[in-house]
Amino acid sequence: MSDDKFDVIVVGAGLAGCTAAFLMAQAGMETLVIERGNFAGAKNMTGGRLYAHSLEAIFPGFADDAPVERCIVHEKISFMDETSSVTLDYASTASGSPAERSYSVLRSRLDPWLAEKAESAGAVFVTGVRVDDLLVRYGKVCGVIAGGEEMEADMVILADGVNSLLGEKLGMVHTVTPHHCAVGVKEVIELGRQKVNDRFGCCDKDGAAWLFAGMPSAGYMGGGFIYTNEDSISLGVVFGLHNTGRSAKSVPQMLEDFKNHPTVRPLVEGGKLVEYSAHVVPEGGMEMAPKLVGEGVLIVGDAAGFCLNAGYTVRGMDLAVASGKAAAVAAINAWQRADFGASSLSVYERELDGSFIMKDLRLYRKLPSFLDNRRMYNDYPAMATGMMKDLFTVNGPSRPLRKKMIPHLKKAGFMNLIKDGWKGVRSI
Amino acid sequence: MNTRVNVDVKLGVNKFFVDEGNPHIEIAENPSLQEYAKLEAACPAGLYRRDEKGAVRFDYAGCLECGTCRILCGKTIVKRWEYPNGTFGVEFRYG
Repeated sequence: MSDDKFDVIVVGAGLAGCTAAFLMAQAGMETLVIERGNFAGAKNMTGGRLYAHSLEAIFPGFADDAPVERCIVHEKISFMDETSSVTLDYASTASGSPAERSYSVLRSRLDPWLAEKAESAGAVFVTGVRVDDLLVRYGKVCGVIAGGEEMEADMVILADGVNSLLGEKLGMVHTVTPHHCAVGVKEVIELGRQKVNDRFGCCDKDGAAWLFAGMPSAGYMGGGFIYTNEDSISLGVVFGLHNTGRSAKSVPQMLEDFKNHPTVRPLVEGGKLVEYSAHVVPEGGMEMAPKLVGEGVLIVGDAAGFCLNAGYTVRGMDLAVASGKAAAVAAINAWQRADFGASSLSVYERELDGSFIMKDLRLYRKLPSFLDNRRMYNDYPAMATGMMKDLFTVNGPSRPLRKKMIPHLKKAGFMNLIKDGWKGVRSI
Repeated sequence: MNTRVNVDVKLGVNKFFVDEGNPHIEIAENPSLQEYAKLEAACPAGLYRRDEKGAVRFDYAGCLECGTCRILCGKTIVKRWEYPNGTFGVEFRYG
């Protein structure tokens, strides 16, 4: 059995798992990655946007080689009620610094690329195998159990996603609660490159990211999104699960209504649905942080709840990559010292603390509760669209602009605006 | 606008390998209907349904493996929640 023993087993071939595997294999560790899907990425989905900096730090210029969809140069944010929307629109050119760029991606294309990098570095991939349990001896994780068989390793990295059943079994991950997560549903709609270019004002390899607040999540915490891919778009809705039951609309219906909104319908018209997917988004930030280090085990990526929703940006994949890297640093260190105990592996926490992950998670600590405010998804979108309606409607003699605008501010409530504005500024 | 969503049509474009006769999710026999209603609303695949008589009908084929039901109602409805066995379940071609 000892001949079959690996230095490290990674559970899950997502971005966190593959990044860790690549770096550990490159350093000479015997690395096994076990993935339950038929290929890396088969079970993974994303809203659609990867901030490049983390991968760029490992693979400089990766976007020239990796199957990314489009470089995001066009940002839009819309406030939306049932029939109208107000949009903030920012267009630029791709940053001269590759680390500042971001890309729309499809995971079934991106993840196999990263897995191949890890494989070329020497990591062994086993796909189509579900890890059922962990092998624990004398309180130390020393392998996995899959398909009734035991596979041994000096340590295990759990990259098994937001529903980390294995992390829960170890007592390291708390069961995710409705309060700490949202569900995302998404359609990939094929339009053809030209239509994507025309409708989103992009050309060639450039693309748009568009977030929508208000109506898409039925006036509750969440929102809508569109990311342009090469010849398709990713369109979806995210909905905070703790509000389930309060809205009369089902989550799939929210997506359907969003797609049929007058602002969105012209964008998707004539498109062909090619995939419908869903995923839970860990949005609790620091509040849901699990125990990250145990005897012979580390937890990375979504399984560790590494996700940042700042309202105007939603990030998970760059955190996954960076946490995979931090885990690899700790694992390599432990391997060199031949000590895989928790105190040896705690290098992982130090690495995370020194990285943007913990800094940003701390920075945005208060944001989830700030964003869980119905005014954000009802009163303010209605205020914005109401003001625009009055601004642009001509039906006789004009009134002073001030008189048109103030009633809308009043309706949302001056005190609310001041309070939320103040709290908003303080929470970032 | 406001067309009623047909989730089955959407699931129909996906690639699934259903592990026939081997459900990865099992639900309690007489779940609280109040709790069950949450799953009817939230399950992205619309797998939690009731028939004309109001009886509970759940089908694991078509599961997108998001875990929403596990998180929302925990053990009150979902007796067992696992990932499908290796190679089975949904396979994203885009993701």
